[in-house]
Parts: sequence; structure tokens; C-alpha cells
Amino acid sequence: MSSTQRDSGASTNSTEAKKTDPRWNEKKCSWASYMTNSPTMIVMIGLPARGKTYMSKKLTRYLNWIGVPTKVFNLGVYRREAVRAYKSYDFFRHDNEEAMKIRKQCALVALQDVRVYLTEEGGQIAVFDATNTTRERRDLIQAFVKENGFKVFFVESVCDDPDVIAANILEVKVSSPDYPEKHRERVMEDFLKRIECYKVTYQLLDPDDYDKDLSFIKVINVGQRFLVNRVQDYIQSKIVYYLMNIHVHSHSIYLCRHGESNHNVEGRIGGDSELSPRGKQFAHALRDFIDEHKLSDLKVWTSQLRRTIQTAEELGVPYEQWKILNEIDAGVCEEMTYQMIQDSFPEEFALRDQDKYHYRYPGGESYQDLVQRLEPVIMELERQGNVLVICHQAVMRCLLAYFLDKGADDLPYMKCPLHTVLKLTPVAYGCKVEMFYLNVEAVNTHRDRPLGKNPRDSALIHRRNSYTPLSSHDQVKRPRLYSAGNQPWLPLAPTPSALMPERLQSQESLCEGIDFDGSEETSGCVRF
Amino acid sequence: MRGSCRPNNPRDPPDRATAGLAGGRSKQEHEREQRLCNGEETCERLKLTAGTCQDGLRESWCRSPAVYGRELRGGVKEFSPCSSPEVEGGFMEPKPYQFEPLAQGAETAMPEWQWRKEWVQFLSRKDLPGQKPTASVCREVLRVSDQRSKMLDNEDVLLENHPRELTQNPLKKIWMPHKNGHIAHRRVCMTNCPTLIVTVGLPARGKTYISKKLTRYLNWIGVPTKEFNVGDYRRECLKIYKSFEFFRPDNEEGVKIRRQCAMSALNDVRQYLSVEGGQVAVFDATNTTRDRRGTIMKFAEQNGFKVFFVESVCEDPEVIAQNIVQVKLGNPDYMNCSSEEALEDFMERIKCYETSYQPLDEDLDSDVSYIKIMDVGRRYLVNRVVDHIQSRIVYYLMNIHITPRSIYLCRHGESDLNIKGRIGGDSGLSSRGKEFAKHLRNFLEEQNIKDLKIWTSQMKRTIQTAECLGVPYEQWKSLNEIDAGVCEEMMYEEIQEHFPLEFALRDQDKYRYRYPKGESYEDLVQRLEPVIMELERQENVLVICHQAIMRCLLAYFLDKTSHELPYLKCPLHTVLKLTPVAYGCKVESVYLGVESVNTHRDRPENVNVQRSTEDALQTVPAHL
Repeated sequence: MSSTQRDSGASTNSTEAKKTDPRWNEKKCSWASYMTNSPTMIVMIGLPARGKTYMSKKLTRYLNWIGVPTKVFNLGVYRREAVRAYKSYDFFRHDNEEAMKIRKQCALVALQDVRVYLTEEGGQIAVFDATNTTRERRDLIQAFVKENGFKVFFVESVCDDPDVIAANILEVKVSSPDYPEKHRERVMEDFLKRIECYKVTYQLLDPDDYDKDLSFIKVINVGQRFLVNRVQDYIQSKIVYYLMNIHVHSHSIYLCRHGESNHNVEGRIGGDSELSPRGKQFAHALRDFIDEHKLSDLKVWTSQLRRTIQTAEELGVPYEQWKILNEIDAGVCEEMTYQMIQDSFPEEFALRDQDKYHYRYPGGESYQDLVQRLEPVIMELERQGNVLVICHQAVMRCLLAYFLDKGADDLPYMKCPLHTVLKLTPVAYGCKVEMFYLNVEAVNTHRDRPLGKNPRDSALIHRRNSYTPLSSHDQVKRPRLYSAGNQPWLPLAPTPSALMPERLQSQESLCEGIDFDGSEETSGCVRF
Repeated sequence: MRGSCRPNNPRDPPDRATAGLAGGRSKQEHEREQRLCNGEETCERLKLTAGTCQDGLRESWCRSPAVYGRELRGGVKEFSPCSSPEVEGGFMEPKPYQFEPLAQGAETAMPEWQWRKEWVQFLSRKDLPGQKPTASVCREVLRVSDQRSKMLDNEDVLLENHPRELTQNPLKKIWMPHKNGHIAHRRVCMTNCPTLIVTVGLPARGKTYISKKLTRYLNWIGVPTKEFNVGDYRRECLKIYKSFEFFRPDNEEGVKIRRQCAMSALNDVRQYLSVEGGQVAVFDATNTTRDRRGTIMKFAEQNGFKVFFVESVCEDPEVIAQNIVQVKLGNPDYMNCSSEEALEDFMERIKCYETSYQPLDEDLDSDVSYIKIMDVGRRYLVNRVVDHIQSRIVYYLMNIHITPRSIYLCRHGESDLNIKGRIGGDSGLSSRGKEFAKHLRNFLEEQNIKDLKIWTSQMKRTIQTAECLGVPYEQWKSLNEIDAGVCEEMMYEEIQEHFPLEFALRDQDKYRYRYPKGESYEDLVQRLEPVIMELERQENVLVICHQAIMRCLLAYFLDKTSHELPYLKCPLHTVLKLTPVAYGCKVESVYLGVESVNTHRDRPENVNVQRSTEDALQTVPAHL
């Protein structure tokens, strides 16, 4: 919780800084969002337990990762705040007038928050996660959107497979704060009745007549079929592509780095060196690991650098080489030690410490460039089953940040030690992380955030390897992530000194696992 | 960190430095080299230097024929032992300069870490744009690289007992596993089995347009694809077309002939996908009956192909009429009749199909993979996308549109490095380049293009060009020029001098050749894919880019093969206007009347690695 507090406070800071920037309104944030001229509101539609929240959170995570500031507004959270104690499905009956009034009130408050986020806080996309099953409600949203000059894109999830619905209820809803410590069957029963309440008034999107001019995607039976109507712009087409690629089959993704390389031993970055003897030992251990875990039909991906390929060769299974998985290009600093960089380019070194995510090596890449380069890998990882990705420190950080929903400030400091396999398994709304240290010693290549430096005090970084005039869009800092349960209403702007120890703490914990998932459910809402 | 004791002028032209190389060695140095070359140094010593020396520098300084020669015999190419003692360990802890008298002029020999840093700094134009490396830096770089390659010739003996696990392909610079001299070839491809794409729809619904466009796109991204148009088979088999009567469902002979044509097309599909190495075949026919689609699915199942249907549904009579006028009237079937007659006949022809048309059905065809495109992209229904290639196809089809528009491609104005005949770099515009930018502004004002978007790369020369236009523009990092790696900012003459083998390899297969530490045209195409996708989405766009980038983009629009692509002519100061027409693209080339240097280097006749320097430089364009 402490980290979210820090985040939201900081984002307010940077938002205020941005508002003073005259170009802020023209060019918001980074590469993927410049195609959207006006902010977009994504509106989910569907009965309860149709995977709306799953899609909202996942989409938000993806959009934030590619650099489009996005936030989820879950109406359930607002409702729970307004009505502290949930009694039973009666509340959701359409003829329960008092409840209807409360629910509408909640929606209006949430919409106000959407407005503030998109117009004042620098958000690009707001995901409005509610059932929105009636035309009346959707028309209300459309009027709201029109009034504020946003674009709207509907995502409707239709599912009539009872098994899928039951699985979803069991996995997600049973742990919902609406049902504290109750018996499972009763939860299921109550929830199914709750769904029935919505069914009475549910009006599906009608692509042939009433809703034919709307922009929407209808996801039918968990991605078996899609109906896409009137995609308006780049970001919508990106969203459609993403939603069409995600699936819900259970699978695990294994991330690891190559074995220790000679350069690692010498403390040099980049390059294309071979494995050290210990690195080769790790490759053997990795083979045993795969055998042990009985990972059949595991796909193995490597970069096109020698150390990952050498590691994969030891496994004795087919693998694919991806050039886009290559390590970050350190440009002029390739194959130097940190000491050498400090000696040769002290200024660059300091700039990098100020804003490691945006810092681009002269003649090389930044973490931001890396994220852009890795986007197809993420898309393909979403499509695939079990995959082992043998990659590099910076690349692994970027991939991990996607799965664990880490922001631009934390991403470059995530701990990805050598000779350690991370197993990522999607659960409920997040990702479970298991860490396997394969018991082969290796050097430590992690360089922590320098002490006493507040990354947000930094001025804008001006790229030097390429001439960038003032209109360049990628100089503005990427706003913080808001997804997955962060609380937008926490006290504003804590003092930097208050934050320091927490930041240090957050570096310690690499794998929070699923703990950020539950946070939203338990978080208190103090708006009303 | 500039060396205070460097006596030479930083403005020394690099060519002088190059010239100084041959004679610029002391006797001592020469002897030391010789000693090392002859293996008079101990093995331990060599291994040690090999280990410490390879890193630090972009390893490829030392690539030379000797390197590759050795590599094929299983040598350790990437270990380039370094002979100069000042380098030893010098990279780890920089030593003070060592002064060594050189034969030509009393210049300083720098420690490796120093010249390395400066050279790389120069390559990346860190502090002063347009700064050149000093003569002594150049000399050191060349000297050491030269020494290294000489060294390698004699080093085989030492390294033979190192078992090799990986070897780098000299052309594509890809690491390949290597066992007993046999290189395992692996094709990196996401599709496990070939895919058959089948169009479905009434005539004049844009099926052929979609097929051709999709084929062009897939070929461009590197998936071998071929289109099979059953109409062409029918015309082949039935030379003269009389009228729509042929297509009537009750014309038994017609039905038989058409069936036969479809069958022979499918036979060719099988030949292409299972023998000729094709990955995707586009079967372009109406396929309006469930019966016909069933036959195709059975055929695919027998041969182990995946099937993906693309159905185009359109009820808008205007769109249909427009399509007929644009495409069908030029069709060989209607060579000898007036457009009214042709239009009428074609409408009848459509009617023949309408009676038996069974669109893909949500329930009946729920197990089939397909995309249904409704009203030219207003709505899509996508069912059961099963793999990577299908998902790419769907994404592509959802992004294309048929709104009339033009794409303008041009390069930046002439740059300072263009004048000098150097490739890559990040230099500013020359005075003629700035003149071009002004002319470009006038050109755009004359053309008065509606909602024109302007895209540039993130390099100074394109941005300077765009700044002159006085309109907003977007910068794309993906539009940056090909990364020539170690050859950045070199003249072709210099590349030939320092990396003759690289230069020859490049001429042998320019599309696949990857510069050491740099990119190939093949890499560029991958990098440009999002640009193409976005160009497909947009309407009027002006792309201010670079020679290699423009070639890749142009190849997409003009459907050029990978052999033609790297030699497409994209001169400076010339705007190409691309307008999609019917199934292709109309190109207008507008020369804006500002002179510039020629930067196009044709493929020389002799691409042999042993060719002479004259042969290699035969086609280099004139420059300063």
C-alpha cells in the first residue's frame, strides 16, 4: 500500500509540472499515444462474471506499459464504498428503487473521476469497468463523453458457456469483499441470482441497428469470436489487436537470463561475449530444471546474442532466435564497466541515474526504446502457451514490468539476478511469481538506484544522440501507472523525505506476486 | 576527458589519417607485431590477451577475410588478440599516455581505451556534431584492426583445440550452432504448417484487391506468399469470354469448366506450399457455396494446411459500382465492349452467384477460422484465430482502407555527409539541402494536400528538413536510417580498404547482409512494419526519411522483391507521390530542381571476395 501512496503523490507532482508546460496539451507522453488526438474512454459491457474486470485490468496494464497513461475505474469499488455492507442479491434487483438510485449515483461519481483523470491529470485512456448493460446507461455515458470531447470505445463480453462463468465466479468472485467468510455454495448461489437480476434488463449491443454507429468490439465466448465495429483510430486498433491476442488458458511463462558471461565476470555491460564456466554450469542446471518440471511442449526463445544461444543450445530442445530480444544497446558505453563509464562519460552517467527509464545511451537505446521494441514479444507471449524466454537483464526487466505492472520509475531497478528462473503464472487479475535459484553461483550485475537521488527532481533529459527539437514528444515524463488497484484519492504529494525509506524498501521486494491484485478489493474509499 | 597531450589538430581530415596508416609504424611496433604473428609469443600470453581484448571495442573492427577464413575452420573469430602491450589491461585501468615515436611525424600513440573511446564518440557524434576523429585516433584504430587481422592468420594452431559451439554467419551475423563442421539451419517462422487463405464473396466485393494487397504485405514481411486467382485459370482455359451466360448455375458446361479451373488452381497451391517452400497461398475465387468451401477444407486437411477464410460482404451499391468501374472494366473479359455493356453484363454475372450464395454463418461455421469484412471495413467478425500468422493477417486487414489518398515519400535534403560521400551519421543539411527544404515547402503549398501528416525520423537531417515546412510533424525512431554499425560515417572507399570482405559480402546479398554491429535491409523491414501498418491506416502522409528506409517503403508499395529492394533508385531532392489505383500503386516522381550529389551505388559486376579495389569501387558515385 505504501508504494501506491508514493506513486499517486508523485504523479500529482509531475502532472502539475506538466500543466505548466505549454506543449503538454499537444504532445502527451510517449510513443504509442501520439496517434490519439483526444482522450479515449473504454466502456466495458456485460453481465457479471464475464471477465470484464479481467480484461480491464489486463488492457490497462498493457496500455500503461506501452506508454499510454491508463486507469481503471471500477464501479464495484464505488458501490461498495457507498453501501458498506453487502447483504444479498436483492440490492441488484431492477425493481429495488433505492438501490437503483445509489447505483446511478455511484456511476455519476465515477464519471466525474474519469473526467478529472482525462482532462486534468494527463490520462489518455480511462477504462470504465461496470456492467453498463442498459441502453439508458450507455446513452448517459455517451452524452458525458460528447460533452467532454472524449472518444468512446465499447468492449462487450458475451459468454454463454456455464463452465467458463462458474470458473470465473469461483476464481475471482468468491474472494470478493462482498462475501466475507461465507460458504462457497452460498456465494455461488447468490452470485448467480445477481446475474439473473442483470439479465432482466440486459440489452446487448446491436450492431445492425441501434448501435451501428458506435465503435466497439464484442468478445464472444472468451475470445472464440470477435465482432469489431467502426474502429476509429490507432489506439483503438491497438486495443482490438491486443484483446484478440489474449487468452485465458492456463499457461506459465518462464523468464531467465543467459548464464553468466565473461563480460559479467569482468563487470562489463553489453557486448557479445561467451558464457563463463559457471554460465555453462547454469545452462546444465537449466536443462535439469526443465526436465524436473516436466515442461512438455515448452517453447524456448532466445535473443541473437551468443550468450543466450549458448545457454539454449545446452537444453537440447528446439528454440527460436529473436533479434528484438537482444540486450539494450548501450551505444558508446558497450563493453565498458560502470567505473569506465563514470570515468569517461561522467555526465552521461549522472543523467542515467536521474532518469534511467528515459535515458538513451549516446548512439544506443533507452529502456523506453526497449519497451517499444519488445511489444511484439509481449503480443506473442500472450498468444502462446508455455514459453521459456532466455534473455538479458534490461530485456527481462521490461518483460517483467509488463507482467507485474511496474511503472517507469521502478522498471529499470527491478531485480533480475543471473542463474535464476522466474515462473510467471497468470492468476485471477494478476500474475503469480515463483523464483527458482538454480544454485550456480554468479556475479551480481544489479546496480541499485543511487542513494539520495530523487529521480523526480530531474529536469527533462535532452537526447544527444539525435537532434531533437522542442516539439519532440518523447521528452515528457511518462506518468505513473494507476492500474490494478492503486488509489487515486490518497493524500496528495507526500514529502520526498517521507518517501525515501519506502523507495528503498520497494527495491528489496522483487516479486510481490499477487499482493497488488487484492489491494483494490480491500482498499477503503473516502470520497463520499 | 579529451587528451590534453594530443598534439594533432582535431580538424585533421580523416583521409590523411588513413593515408598515414601504412607508414605510421615504428620499427619496434612492427617487430612486435611480427613476433606475435609468428607465434613467438607464448600461448598463455595470447589467450590472455585474447580474453581481455575482445571486449571493450566493438569487436568487429577486426573483421577481415582472415577472420572468416578461420572461422570456417572452427576458429574463434570473435576473439581478436591484440598485440600492442599498451592495451593489455589498459581498458580496465586507463594508464597515462605512452609516448612512442612514430615513423611519420612525431605523433602520439594512444592507449587503446583512449582512441577507442574517441572513435566511438566520434561515431556517435556525442558532443560536437560534425566533429571528425583525429588523425592519430584513426591511425590507431586502423593499426590495431590491421594488426589483429594479421594476427588471426597465424593463430589457428593455438585455437584449434578449442571446441566451437557456435559460429557466426558472416552475412547475416547470426550465431548458429556448429557441430563437426555442419551448421544447423533453422528457419525462424511462427507458422508451423502452411496456411491457405480462401476468399469468399460475390464478384466485385474487393476479393482480388484484398488478396493482392495481403500477398504483397506478407511477402514484404518475409513470409513467402503467392496468390492463385481462379479467374485467371478460367481465362487461360477459355480464351474468349462471351457473356454472363457462362456463369449461370444451370449452364452445365460452364459449371464443369469452372470446377476444373478451381481444381487445377488447388493443385498448383499444393505444389507451391508443399514443394516450392511457400508459406501462405491465397486462393482467390468467389467460393460462395458451402459445398465448395467444404471441398477446399478437405483438400487442406489432406495436405496438412491450415485454412483461413476471408469473406467480404458489401451491400452498398455505390461501392460495388465504383469497384466495377475501377477494376473490372479493364479486365481482359471486357476488352471489346463498351463500358455500359460491360457494367450490365457484370451485374448479371453477380446475380448468377447471388442465388447460390451462402455466407459464412456464425453457427454453422463456428469451427472455421475466418474474418468477415463488412461494408469495406466498417465492421469485422473474427472467428477462431488460431496462430500468429492469422492474427497478423487479421490485424492487417482491419487496418487497410480504400479511401482515396496519396503517400508522399522523400529523403531529407542533401546532408554534409552526403557531400563527402560518407554513409550514416547524423549530420546537418548542406546549403543545397536547406534549399531543397524550402522547395519542398513550396511544393506542398502548391499541391494543397488535405490533412497532410508529416513524419520524420529522429535524425537531424530529416528533422531540419521538416522544420523548414512550418507545419507540425511526428518523429519516428523506426524511420531512422539503416545502422551501418562499424561502417557508420565511412566512405565506400574506406569500407573497401578496411573491410574488403564485408564489402564484397554486402554486394553478394545486399538484402540479407547485416553490417557488423549494425542492421541489414531485412532487419529494416521488420523495424518498418509498424510504420507500414500506420501508413495503411492513415490518409495523406508525407514521409521524410532516408535512402535505405525509402527503398523498403517503396518496395512495399510497388511489390518489389528482396533482390530489387536494395537497389531501388531513391535520389535526393525528389518527391515520390504514390497513389493507390485498382490493384496497384501509381508513382509520380517530382524532382524539385535543386541539385544534389548522387548517393546511389549500383551492384558492381564483380562481387567476388577476391576482387580488386577498382572492381569493388566501380560503381561508387562521385563525391568530394
